[in-house]
Amino acid sequence: MPTEILMPALSPTMEKGNLSKWIKKEGDTVKSGDVIAEIETDKATMEVEAVDEGTLGKILVPEGTQDVAVNTPIALILAEGEDAGAAAAAPTPKAAESAPPVAAAPAEPAPVVTAAPAPAAPAVVSAPAPEPEVPEGTEMVNQTMREALRDAMAEEMRRDGDVFVMGEEVAEYQGAYKITQGLLQEFGAKRVIDTPITEHGFAGVGVGAAMAGLKPIVEFMTFNFAMQAIDQIINSAAKTLYMSGGQIQCSIVFRGPNGAAARVAAQHSQDYTAWYSHIPGLKVVAPYTAADAKGLLKAAIRDPNPVIFLENEILYGHASPVPKLDDFIVPLGKARIARPGKDVTLVAWSIGMQYALKGAEELAKLGIDAEVIDLRTIRPMDTETILASVRKTGRLVTVEEGWGQSGVGAEIAARVMEQAFDYLDAPVLRVYGKDVPMPYAANLEKLALPNVQEVVEAARAVTYR
Amino acid sequence: MVVAAKKSPAPKAAAKSAAPKAPAKRSERTAAKLDFSKDQELAAYRQMLEIRRFEEKAGQMYGMGLIGGFCHLYIGQEAVVVGMQMALKTGDQVITGYRDHGHMLATGMDPKGVMAELTGRRGGYSKGKGGSMHMFSIEKGFFGGHGIVGAQVSLGTGLAFADHYRGNGNVCLTYFGDGASNQGQVYESFNMAELWKLPVVYIIENNRYAMGTAVSRASAQTDFSKRGASFNIPGEQVDGMDVRAVKAAGERAVEFARSGKGPYILEMLTYRYRGHSMSDPAKYRSKEEVQKMRTEHDPIEQVRARLLEKGWASEEDLKTIDAEIREVMNAAADFASHDPEPDPSELYTDVLR
Repeated sequence: MPTEILMPALSPTMEKGNLSKWIKKEGDTVKSGDVIAEIETDKATMEVEAVDEGTLGKILVPEGTQDVAVNTPIALILAEGEDAGAAAAAPTPKAAESAPPVAAAPAEPAPVVTAAPAPAAPAVVSAPAPEPEVPEGTEMVNQTMREALRDAMAEEMRRDGDVFVMGEEVAEYQGAYKITQGLLQEFGAKRVIDTPITEHGFAGVGVGAAMAGLKPIVEFMTFNFAMQAIDQIINSAAKTLYMSGGQIQCSIVFRGPNGAAARVAAQHSQDYTAWYSHIPGLKVVAPYTAADAKGLLKAAIRDPNPVIFLENEILYGHASPVPKLDDFIVPLGKARIARPGKDVTLVAWSIGMQYALKGAEELAKLGIDAEVIDLRTIRPMDTETILASVRKTGRLVTVEEGWGQSGVGAEIAARVMEQAFDYLDAPVLRVYGKDVPMPYAANLEKLALPNVQEVVEAARAVTYR
Repeated sequence: MVVAAKKSPAPKAAAKSAAPKAPAKRSERTAAKLDFSKDQELAAYRQMLEIRRFEEKAGQMYGMGLIGGFCHLYIGQEAVVVGMQMALKTGDQVITGYRDHGHMLATGMDPKGVMAELTGRRGGYSKGKGGSMHMFSIEKGFFGGHGIVGAQVSLGTGLAFADHYRGNGNVCLTYFGDGASNQGQVYESFNMAELWKLPVVYIIENNRYAMGTAVSRASAQTDFSKRGASFNIPGEQVDGMDVRAVKAAGERAVEFARSGKGPYILEMLTYRYRGHSMSDPAKYRSKEEVQKMRTEHDPIEQVRARLLEKGWASEEDLKTIDAEIREVMNAAADFASHDPEPDPSELYTDVLR
């Protein structure tokens, strides 16, 4: 049977084109790779190469024809032994106007265009009953967040030989912020690896190692520098499981201090929580207490997915009780009610919790009983805990150091509006960093950051008191 | 018509671009012992032809609207992946950029699964969710298929890091093009690979054009084998149109990396016949230049001529091989056209594990 040569599509969007020139004539021998014709698209003139071999039996669309629809037969190729007689029975070419659209034309079955609406996204977090993470009577030890983070890494490295830590100054220097103190001495240079100052490159090396099945902890000296590496974090780490149809997992933790420290100005004082929380395929964690830092980091290291673990430099030195347990894990994706209350819900995480908790104390003096939720994991977000609280209080204030536009508070407000509108007795208010790059001057820096007074005022506004 | 050169000369440069240098001395020195056995010639012929026929089919399917988006064909460069694969052992890894169909077939991935991924069907290697540029097979040691130019260089260095960490004796082949060679993370990776003596072979497929920009218009140093010089990484230029030269250089490089000496750079002087992607009219080079490469340096025709000359195969034998390959590719195309699209429920799977 003669083989039809179809008008080819030469770009993702081409639907028709002009057949500007036939390079081969009827009767010519054609083999794979031979240029047989020239086609003019809206963008350029392109050559059409033969795929099949044989003799050009019949030209169905003469040169100079305009607007030939993609997939219209334009010529017939005869195999050895076939004669042009077979070609006589060929279909006449169709004009573009009457030609069926791209998807319907080819002899081969066309791709099925799924017109059905997208199925609903599965619910990420069902309403989990708050589980006691620490058994009754467990001894508590006061630890700084710095020590808790180090212990979490050391415990996981003892447990699993595939876990290693890499980053700038993590080994010999003992960590730029001393989070990896002592790890080199215990685990050696093979597993505690000083990298050159090349964030893009070593983030990619970490992701590659994770694709091979290792479990890297990649420390960024601060997340400000991770912007150099963000392509590897998002395009490689977050998307590969999906793009590989579930074949290639990437179990990796990117961690380091995030957000404003003190007096280091705009390039070193940025909160990336909202940036990473935007990305499907990532988990994003931002602890406030030392216990959560330890339990969440251990969970993050064991998690089969890429986890962005956002620490805060100012909180590194803060001490709080950590349960003395052999294997203390805080599950990812679960918020914690840090302070129960009934009048207004305050949602915060990381250093935002300082403003929220102090704000709640101030509010108590005014007779306003605030419930404070420590979100802990930003993605997947424990929306249920927020909704349950809002159904009780009817009022919500979010607190974050990051900017307001497209911020995490904006996302929380939208979810509450969508899912608990009828329970709201006031608009949701957000407390967030001012819409400016972080200034250096002490007074301006203080003004740029949220403060307790703003939390109090927002809570008073939504409680009308 | 076909020049059956025993030692084919380095591809000639276009008038506009700086002339690529002849293959480095080292590959010339080994030229004498390049000769393939009959079995090797036949295997190379078959594998290269498989890639070419697959790509021709893919081009045709794209023209029919069955393949969407971008589609970057490997036609002309077949000797590179086929020769390099001959230097590997089971357990070694391969990673590349977006012009990846040839690499996948060379590692032994099933043309059906690759073609079905191109058409976005459920039987594709990524269940239809990755497409032409994003396919993987852990079983065959193929780690993608990456769409961001240069990203695979850091990732491949990471795969080699894992080999080194585990001490498993495996090597990672990290392929990229002359265009990617100018990306910053390539040099960050070179630095770490040499610093930590990682078992990685960097294969720079210099096909002379980064999309439409000739090498000499984008690269201050057009001898890519020297790009590792400031990191003390050895490199050599290889006639990437001669599968025997590729295999010989590949074996040297892989042995070097496997023995713990660190990374090695191979610059493959090669050529792509087709445009950068399907929608490239290739106005940046002359037809004569393309034609000259096809007639004088075609990697498949070189092997074909030797097979005939030595009497290792008849015209009839080669026709039979071609017919067998065409049948496989037609079956792949047929499968890829009839396999259903992914179930809508797949939209939300594989985001997280």
